Amino acid sequence: MTWLERIFRRRRLDDDLAEELQAHIEERTEQIMRLENLSRSEARNAALRAFGNAALVQTRSREVWEWPRLEALFVDLKLVARRLSRSPGFAVTVLLTLSIGIGANTAVFSVVDSVLLKPLPYPRSDRLVTLSLQAPGAAGLASFRDGLLLSPSMFLTFAEHNRAFQSLGVWSAGTANVTGVGQPEEVHVITVSSGLLETLAVPPLAGRWLNADDQKPGASKSLMIGYGFWQRQFGGQRNVLGQTIRVDSQSWQIVGIMPRGFKVVDSGFDVLRPAPAAFDPRHQIMEGFAWNGVGRLKDGVTIGQADADITRMIPVWMDSWSDGPRSNSHFFDIWRIAGALKPLKQQVIGSIGNVLWLVMGTIGIVMLIVCTNVANLLLVRADSRQQELAVRAALGAGRGRIARELIIESLALGAVGGAAGIAMACAALRLLAAIGPVNLPRLSEISLSLESLCFTAGLSIFSGLFFGSIVSLRYSRVGPGAALRGSSRTATAGRDRHRSQNVLVVAQVAMALVLLVCAGLMMRSFAVLLHTPPGFSDPQHLQTMRVGFLQSIVSDPLAVTHAQNEIADKLAQLPGVSSVGYAADVPMDGLEPNWNSIFVQGRDPWSAKSTLPMRLFNYTSPNYFHTMGSRMIAGREFTWDDVYNQRPVGIISENLARELFGSAQAAIGKQITYFELMPWHQIIGVVEDARHNGVDAPAPAIVYWPTMSANLYGPEPLDAVRGVTFVVRSERAGSESLTQEMQQAVWQINGELPVSGLRTMQELASRSLARTSFTLTMLGIAATLALALGVIGIYGVISYSVSRRTREMAIRIALGAQKGELRWLFVRSALALTGIGLLIGLGAAAAIAQLMTSLLFGVHPLDPLSFATTALVLVAAAALAACVPASRISAINPADVLKAE
Amino acid sequence: MDNSNTTSRDLFPGALEMMILESLRRQPAHGYALVQHIQQRSRNLLQVEEGSLYPALQRLLKAKMVKAEWTVSPATNRRVRVYQITKSGLQHLERQKSSFDRMLEGIQMVLGPARRASNT
Repeated sequence: MTWLERIFRRRRLDDDLAEELQAHIEERTEQIMRLENLSRSEARNAALRAFGNAALVQTRSREVWEWPRLEALFVDLKLVARRLSRSPGFAVTVLLTLSIGIGANTAVFSVVDSVLLKPLPYPRSDRLVTLSLQAPGAAGLASFRDGLLLSPSMFLTFAEHNRAFQSLGVWSAGTANVTGVGQPEEVHVITVSSGLLETLAVPPLAGRWLNADDQKPGASKSLMIGYGFWQRQFGGQRNVLGQTIRVDSQSWQIVGIMPRGFKVVDSGFDVLRPAPAAFDPRHQIMEGFAWNGVGRLKDGVTIGQADADITRMIPVWMDSWSDGPRSNSHFFDIWRIAGALKPLKQQVIGSIGNVLWLVMGTIGIVMLIVCTNVANLLLVRADSRQQELAVRAALGAGRGRIARELIIESLALGAVGGAAGIAMACAALRLLAAIGPVNLPRLSEISLSLESLCFTAGLSIFSGLFFGSIVSLRYSRVGPGAALRGSSRTATAGRDRHRSQNVLVVAQVAMALVLLVCAGLMMRSFAVLLHTPPGFSDPQHLQTMRVGFLQSIVSDPLAVTHAQNEIADKLAQLPGVSSVGYAADVPMDGLEPNWNSIFVQGRDPWSAKSTLPMRLFNYTSPNYFHTMGSRMIAGREFTWDDVYNQRPVGIISENLARELFGSAQAAIGKQITYFELMPWHQIIGVVEDARHNGVDAPAPAIVYWPTMSANLYGPEPLDAVRGVTFVVRSERAGSESLTQEMQQAVWQINGELPVSGLRTMQELASRSLARTSFTLTMLGIAATLALALGVIGIYGVISYSVSRRTREMAIRIALGAQKGELRWLFVRSALALTGIGLLIGLGAAAAIAQLMTSLLFGVHPLDPLSFATTALVLVAAAALAACVPASRISAINPADVLKAE
Repeated sequence: MDNSNTTSRDLFPGALEMMILESLRRQPAHGYALVQHIQQRSRNLLQVEEGSLYPALQRLLKAKMVKAEWTVSPATNRRVRVYQITKSGLQHLERQKSSFDRMLEGIQMVLGPARRASNT
C-alpha cells in the first residue's frame, strides 16, 4: 500500500478493523455461552471485559498505518481549534493580548537589531573609529557636545605621522548652491579630505573616488555625486560622468557616483567634493576645529593604542604648524588634548542606545505580563475543564498525554498570536518610519529582518511553553480522584490552584509598577523640559529661513548688509508678519557655533588669554531679540545705526553678565573684546539666556556682536556675516504660502541667493525634546499596556473567586452576614495581593530607575512624587478592578442559590 | 481476569509476530482462531491479548508478510477476515526462528552451568 493509499483508503481500513473486532467479540461471546452456559447478554459482557478497551485496540491497530506523532498533533490541533471556537471571547482575548505583546516586541526588536546590532554598512566596519578628541583644559568647550573636532592642520599631521591607522580622513557637512538649472537649488554637500573614501571603503557605483590628487592645490575641480542626486537631476544616466555642474558659482566636473544608501557616517549628501584650499599645507593655522575624523585601525591595533598614537602626535602637530610669527603653538598644551576615539558605530548610534535598550527591556516586561495574564486566563479555563480532564485521566489518558495537549494548546495560541504579532509589528514599523523620530539614527535601515522573524518565532514558542507549562504543571499531575472530589459541590475553591493565580497577580502588579514608575519619571522629565524657558517665546509662530550671501554672488560686505537689511524690510511687509530679525545662528539649529574667550577692560591682562574660558559667539541684527521674544534684562538691542556706523557694541547673556559683573545692570557700559587688535566694545544690553544646544542642555554663556564690523584681518575695511538665518514672527508660520512668499522676497533682492532651512522654531525646539518624547511615548505605551493587563489580571482573579464561592457566600448571607462585609472580603484580598506586588515592584523600580538617570532631566531617579503617585494609581486601579466583580455579591439571593443545589 | 498461570505479555519484541507467522504457516486463520490456536499450542501458558494481536496483525500486513481476505467461515457461517502468510513472511519466519533458536541456545548455555553449579 503506498503512502497515498494509506491516506485515502483509511476509511476502508477503519471499517475492516471495526468489523473484524466486532466479529471477534461475537465469536468469543458465543464460545462463552457454550462453555459456561450463560445468557447472551452476560456472555457478551464477559467477552467485552476480557477483550479490554476495543477502542484502544482499534486505535493502536490504526496507528500502524499512521504517522502517529504527526497525526496525533493534527488531532490535538483540531481539538484546540474546536475548543477555542466554542469560546470565542476567551480566544479573542488571549490572541489579542498575545499579538499585541509579540507585535510590540517584534517591532522594538527590529529597531534594536537594525540600529544597534547590525554592523554599519561599510566593509569590516568594526575596524572603523571616529577620531574624536578630548580637551579637558579648554574650559567652555563643553558646549561642543562630542568633544573637540579636528582642524585641517591636525588632519595633515595625523595623516602623515600616524602608526595606528590603515587610513584616515576627515569630512564636514554643509550646503551649497547648485545653479544653472531652473531655480537655484540648495544641495547637501559633504566636503571630504583625501583618505576618507578609502577609509570607508565603499566602492563607487560608477567612475572613481576622489583621491589625493584632487586635493592638491590647483587641481582641476572634480566631485562625486550621490545616488539620489544622480536620479533626481540626471535621471540615472551613465553619461553624467565627465559632465560639468556649477556649485557655488564654480564649475566642477563629475568624476564618480556613489551607490544607493551610502552615507558618510550618519549624513546623507547630494555632492561630495574635495577642498584643496582647506588642506593646502602652505596656508595652515592651528585652528578650524570643525572636521569630523574617521579612521580605519590597522589589524591588531586596539582603540587604546590608537588613542595613545593620537596623543603622541599632538606635540608633533604643535611643532609643525603656527598661527603666525607672533603666536605660540604650544598654547594648546593647556588644553591637554588627547585621543578619545570611539567605535564609529557608537558615534552613529549616539545616546539613543540607552533609550532603545530601555524600551526593549520595558517591552520585554510587558511580554512577561502578557504571558502571566494568558497563563491566568488558561488556568481559569483549565479549571472549568478540570472535571473533563479528571474524567479523561480516569479513563486512562496518561499524564503526558494531557500535559501534551495543554502545551499544544498554548503553543498554538502562541503561534497564532505570533503571526498576528508580525502583522502588528509591520504596521508599527511603517508608523515609526512615517513619524520618523528625528534623532533616531539609521532610520532608513530599519526593517523586519530575518533575525526579527526568528526572534518572533522564538518568542512565540517561548511564551507558549511558558504559560503552557504553568498550566500543565498545575493540571496534568492532578489525580483523577482528587480532581473529581475537588469539583464536588461541597468544596469551595481549591486553595492550591488559587496560590498559582495569586503569584501571577503579584508578579503582574510588581512589573506594572516598575513600568509605571519609569513612565512617570519620563513624564516628569518631559514636564520639566516643557517648562524650561528656552530663551525665546511662542516658537510655533517663529518661521526661520537660512540665506547664504556667497562671496561669488555678493562680494562687498557693505552690500551684503544692505541686502540683508532690504530682505528683512521686505519680509516685514509680508501680510501677517509682525516682526523680523536675523542672526548667524538661531538656538538649536545645530550649526557649529563660533567661540572664543573675552577680555574685560581693566580686569583681564592680555597674558591671561590661555586661562579665560571659551564663550559662544553669535551675531545678531537689530530687532532680532524682539522677534524671537527674548527678554532684554537690561539695556537695548542693536540698531541699524550701530551696524552701519560699526559702533563697537555688544550684548551678553544674563548668565555671563552675572558671572562677570554680578548682575545684569552692572554689565551695562562695561567694555569687552576678544583680540588685542580689536577695539574695546561696550556692553549695551543683557538678554535672557538661550538654550543654544537644546532644551535639555544647559544654556551657554553667549556674547552677541553686530553682523558687520571693521575687518581686522584682511585688506577690506569691513567684514559681514554671510550665512544668516532670518526669523519671522507671524501667525502664518509653518504655512506653505508664507515660506513661498519669503523665498520670493529673497529672490526679489537677488535671484541667485540660495535659500534653505525653512523651519519653525517649534520644529527646532521639538528636536531637542525628541529623545525624551520618544522615550516617554514608548514607555507610556508599555506602562499603559502593563496597567491594563494588571487590572484585567486582578479582575479575573477576583471575578473567578466570586463565582467559585457563590455557594459559600449564599450560606454566609443566609446565616446573617452583611453583604458589605463580604464584598470587602474580596476587595481586601485583591488589595493584599496588590500590596505584596507593590512592595516588590517598588524595590525593583528603585533599582531600575537608577539605570535611567542619564535619560532624566531635572528629576531624581527616586522622585518620591512619581513613586507615590504610581503606587496610588495602582492601588486605586486594583480596588476598582476588585470592586466590580465583588459587587456581584449584592445580587446573590441565598434562597435561589441554595435551591439550585 | 486470572493471569496467575498464564503469561499474557509479549516475551520479547517480535515473539508475538513470530508465533502468529508460525501459526499461519500451518494454516490460514482469522484473528479469533489465532488466539485460540496459540493458547492451545502453548497449553494455556501463553494467552494472546487482543490488544496486542490486532496491532501485530496490522504491522505484518503493512510489512507484507501476511495478506488478508474476507471469507465466510464454514464453521460459524460468519464473515471473517482470514490471514495468510506470504512468501516474504515465510522467509522472515525462518530467519526469526533460527536467530531465536540461537538466542535460546545462548541463554540456556549461560543459565545451564550456573544452575548445575548451584544444584551441586
